[in-house]
Amino acid sequence: MPQSVQERNLMKRLTGLLFAALALAAMVWAADSLLINGAGATFPNPIYTKWFSEYHNKNPKIEFNYQSVGSGAGIKQVTDGTVDFGATDGPMNDEQLKAYQDKHGFGILHFPTVLGAVVPTYNLPGVTAVLNFTPDALAGIYLGKITKWNDPAIAAANKGVNLPANDIVVIHRSDGSGTTYCFTDYLSKVSAEWNSKVKKGTSVNWPAGLGGKGNEGVTGLIKQTPNSIGYVELIYAAQNNIPYGAVKNASGAFVKADLKGVSEAAAGVAKDMPADFRVSITNAPGKGAYPISTFTWLLIPQKISDSAKRDSIKGFLKWMLADGQNYTEQLEYAKLPKEVVAKESKAINTVQ
Amino acid sequence: MVTTSTTYGSAGPAVGPRSFVAKLRNGDEIARLVTFIFAMTVVLITVLLVYELWVNSALPRHKFGLNFFTTSVWDPIMDEFGALPFIYGTIVTSAVALFIAVPLGIGAAIFLAELAPQRISDTLQFFIDLLAAVPSVIYGVLGVFIVVPLMRTVIYPLINKPLGFLPIFKGPSYGVGFLTAGIVLAIMVIPYIISVSREVLLSVPRDQREAALALGATRWESTWKVVVPFAKTGIMGSIFLALARALGETMAVTMVVGNTPKIAASLFAPGYSIAAVIANEFTEATGPLYTQSLIALGLVLFILTFIINGLARILILVTTQKGSGVTR
Repeated sequence: MPQSVQERNLMKRLTGLLFAALALAAMVWAADSLLINGAGATFPNPIYTKWFSEYHNKNPKIEFNYQSVGSGAGIKQVTDGTVDFGATDGPMNDEQLKAYQDKHGFGILHFPTVLGAVVPTYNLPGVTAVLNFTPDALAGIYLGKITKWNDPAIAAANKGVNLPANDIVVIHRSDGSGTTYCFTDYLSKVSAEWNSKVKKGTSVNWPAGLGGKGNEGVTGLIKQTPNSIGYVELIYAAQNNIPYGAVKNASGAFVKADLKGVSEAAAGVAKDMPADFRVSITNAPGKGAYPISTFTWLLIPQKISDSAKRDSIKGFLKWMLADGQNYTEQLEYAKLPKEVVAKESKAINTVQ
Repeated sequence: MVTTSTTYGSAGPAVGPRSFVAKLRNGDEIARLVTFIFAMTVVLITVLLVYELWVNSALPRHKFGLNFFTTSVWDPIMDEFGALPFIYGTIVTSAVALFIAVPLGIGAAIFLAELAPQRISDTLQFFIDLLAAVPSVIYGVLGVFIVVPLMRTVIYPLINKPLGFLPIFKGPSYGVGFLTAGIVLAIMVIPYIISVSREVLLSVPRDQREAALALGATRWESTWKVVVPFAKTGIMGSIFLALARALGETMAVTMVVGNTPKIAASLFAPGYSIAAVIANEFTEATGPLYTQSLIALGLVLFILTFIINGLARILILVTTQKGSGVTR
């Protein structure tokens, strides 16, 4: 292409200008923007994404990057020090806390952020009523001891419902998940046999049943299989209009899960909240408390050497406890009780 | 690979009539060096892969030893891990898949290559290539919504009533299980078998067919007794390609296999596969022994693929040597 000298000079100057502008932009961005990396639980990912984007809008210089890779991976990454904070659906156990302490020379703190719940869902052709489940019935079904739908343990709590004499098809999560942690945590509290045989965890050695991958996998299997029972997150059931049953709580009432019942379960435990916030709220006391509820936590190192990062994380935590809580209910998460918020506000100051 | 490197080293200026510098200038040496490096990366990646899998599975190797292959308890809470149900599930689902896909795929390939009019063959080939490109999660969804209900309501009663006394068809069906996973895998690998086999059959020289016909063979006799044996090695290759895909398939299998680490004789029973359990549990694996046991499973899958590939090569060698007199 024939070009005049003038044209070429102009092109050169324009290119130069472009590069200068890019370099300037990069410098400004690098100097002003602070990127904070986190990784962990998938269950609170929708609310965390919302929070981080809202917080970024209010504080354009601070940007959070959250990867929802799973609670186990979150704990591992924050322990390895590859991310600034972690997130988990089940609290770190003493062994994990010790591993963190040994590696870094200081501890890690748990900050509850929101609450979730797990609900029993089922596919029983011909039964339209909301079924009631006692703790014994749920534990018996998942232990593989209650095998028929018309078993007395189920029928006694569902008077007037015509339960079929069919075999129960038990469905659980196949992937490791906080949902399973919460569900097995509940079962190990209400059933001594479960507690000795299976115990609690993100994945367990299931005595009975089929596995589905994710909430959608479990729901898919239940829809495809008559006479089946499974468990999914309350949020997932609510958003997808999946019918679910009521569960008998510690004070003897059958409660169908909703945000109020979940918050009440947290409030029942809030008074005796341990200082490190590692508390299970399954089978919580309180008349309206929904028994299969859980906190989900952010994992924040006790010492953060980068002062800018430390201030940003502490600022975010304070905002999350105040304004942030207002975003929870539109996304179907239950709010933290006031007592817990007050306790956490104090705990934020211990991050150094 | 090693010999290539030594010849490269000795390919100095003294060897050929052209000097090393001249070769360099004309690009021969550069092309050789660059392509050699590319070829070596394949070896390097394989070696690194095995090394990583080996190093990162030290804990279960030391704790369980060979028991890892023979025990069938998978309990992350009690830290007990055994690979047997997963190995069993992987082999059974792949075997079912091949059992269905091989006759169907080769039959279709023979039709397309030998019997169908050119236009129909080309049109169908287009659809087959399209099928081969469908992501596996789509096949998984297809499995969940079509094969699973079909299995429970149609296939299971059809097989279980007359053949239920056989251990492999005993017991109840939940829709998901070994057979369902095998069927979905078969649907996934058939396009590979058809595509490669058709290509191989088409590349059989025309003389071979004409010679057979000239000797008085019918069309079918020429196809079955001359063309297919001639293409045997290539057809075998297509089957092993399909098997490799079936062994390592993750998403579609985990959606329809039932994800239950149990060994059951019945094909209707739910099971699990190696690839599926790694995908399911790796992200939430807590504790080093748990994580490393999953990595050890990855190593097992690698070894399994390696053994099967080795057997395949031996099979090809044996069959082509004693075979139809048609060797390459």
